Amino acid sequence: MERFIDLTLAGVTSGAIYAAVALALVLIWRATRIVNFAQGGMLMITTFIGYTVIQHGGSYWLALAVAIVSGLVLGAVVERVLIRPVENRSPLSAVVVTFGVLVLLQGLAGMIFGGTPRSYPPAFSIIGFGNANHRLLFAPNDLWVVLVVVGVMAVLALVFRRTSIGLRMRAAAFAPEVARLLGVRVGRMLTLGWALAAGVGALAGVLVAPTTFVSPTAFDATLVYGFTAAVIGGLDSPPGAVVGGASLGLALSYVSGYLGSDLVPLGALVVLMVVLMVRPSGLFGAPAGRRV
Amino acid sequence: MTIATPRPLSAVLAERWNRSTLLRHLSIAVVGLAGYYLLSISLDAFHDLQLAQISYTAIAAAGLTVLSGLSGQISLGHGALMAVGAYSTALLLEHQHWKLGLVLLASTAITAVVGAVIGLAAARLRGPYLAGATLALAVGLPSLANYHELRNVLGGANGLLVAPAPPPLSLGETFPVERWQAWICGLCLVITLVLLANLASSRIGRDMRLVREDEDAAALAGVHVARTQVFTFAISAAAAGLAGGLFAFVNQLASPGAFPLSLSLALLAAAVLGGLGSLAGAIYGSIIVTLLPTWSADVAQSAHLSRSVYANVPLVAYGVVLIGVMILFPSGLQGGVRWAGRWLWVTIRRPLARKDSH
Repeated sequence: MERFIDLTLAGVTSGAIYAAVALALVLIWRATRIVNFAQGGMLMITTFIGYTVIQHGGSYWLALAVAIVSGLVLGAVVERVLIRPVENRSPLSAVVVTFGVLVLLQGLAGMIFGGTPRSYPPAFSIIGFGNANHRLLFAPNDLWVVLVVVGVMAVLALVFRRTSIGLRMRAAAFAPEVARLLGVRVGRMLTLGWALAAGVGALAGVLVAPTTFVSPTAFDATLVYGFTAAVIGGLDSPPGAVVGGASLGLALSYVSGYLGSDLVPLGALVVLMVVLMVRPSGLFGAPAGRRV
Repeated sequence: MTIATPRPLSAVLAERWNRSTLLRHLSIAVVGLAGYYLLSISLDAFHDLQLAQISYTAIAAAGLTVLSGLSGQISLGHGALMAVGAYSTALLLEHQHWKLGLVLLASTAITAVVGAVIGLAAARLRGPYLAGATLALAVGLPSLANYHELRNVLGGANGLLVAPAPPPLSLGETFPVERWQAWICGLCLVITLVLLANLASSRIGRDMRLVREDEDAAALAGVHVARTQVFTFAISAAAAGLAGGLFAFVNQLASPGAFPLSLSLALLAAAVLGGLGSLAGAIYGSIIVTLLPTWSADVAQSAHLSRSVYANVPLVAYGVVLIGVMILFPSGLQGGVRWAGRWLWVTIRRPLARKDSH
């Protein structure tokens, strides 16, 4: 029973990270109908920027702020410069471009920072709650991770539902032509969507960095599981990203704890296939209507 | 009167050529084989090895071209299917001691069956959901080798060593093994391309294109959509399985690390770079994704850069080429080649036409 509780708590923490990455992917999918493989590279670069700030004597919080701001800028620049030319072409073109951005960013990071993994400090203690006899697999830092992700989700939900800019972003994503006729600057909204997504991704990168370390390829698994979580939840739905992230985090934690950590990637495949066989558009995705 | 005039031989041949797809494909295949032979004997051992690598990459990319270009499905997991083919080849060579040709055929068949099973699931999924499922496949399936229950059979993270298959003695004692590998891979490539090209211009190929364009219209026209999609997935997987078998044969290794996610993405990049739906494009794409890292590494080495910079030049060059080609050539390199061909044709014809009118 204790083991089960530990695994559950560990699953909630990793699930929060997956949910954040999934949310970054969902935001971009909703805005531009593109699966952004570059997200892994973008959050890697921003985490390296945060790491550099800490190296030069900056605090954790300054590094976090710098990482998020550079994420916002990077997202906007990538969308404006590299994605805009292929936005209305076949989805595969965009997939290859985002893959190209991923490889390019990994190469650049390798040139600047080298391939050795660096350790990234956590915000709070990583010694689990409890006393010396028994410590839970849940530390103050894990609580911080979960709370931040939940907080960001709440803020984003408010922005999208209650503010004018959120309404304009939803309109631009839902019906670009109509939105344009009504005076919404659709291009600008798409850029903003990418910026927001990359900002959320940057946050996820800093949160996960203490466990994965920082290196050009350290976040590949984070991206894969984040995407898996987004697909489980349904790519159109931000709440789906949260539920998908949490359920994938829990499932993988149980697989790792009870069956062995070698099986985690296979576990992700099984969970994804089971969900998709029951609901081909994810848990919260609207079933695609087809018109003849 | 017109009936009595014997038609010139060239016209008869031209008509045959246009009418018989098989004849056309076989002639191109013969020319291709001859060109491949001449190329392979003029290269040194290292470049013959690269030729072999390009060939098996092109086989997998051609399979992906049929899947994405013809039936409109996407797969980010063809690297995992290559792993299935490679492990099948390694295990069959180790335990059954069959002839290489039989082993490759069996590996192709095994992977086709695996592909059909995945295809059954894939036929229910669309667009990004299929991408997600195949991405999880690319990461999940090779990790099976690390599972402790299977470690004895599949060799864990170190993988399986594949017994080298030396060239037959009739070729001479000093015949380079790389050239032999290039020949096998080239022969398999040409056979695969002929079969896939025939498939693409057959009734089934037409069904696939119909499914890609509009599933509902295809269903109304009597095409069994799901069956066509599963069949295409199996064919495409068979190509990946053959490529994987050749990978094991050339590199004498089948290990989980040899089939990372980046391999699956590189295969997709090869298919899309060349031009989706074009088998010739699969070859250009494979040349790029295979040679670009080596070329750029050579350039970087000669430029005396620091180690961490020079080690990453290939990655950066690769990324820049992927982005650049996709932005500049919307329909891939084959689209660019066609455009250049048309431009050349028009520029040559224009002065001729002017001369005629005088």
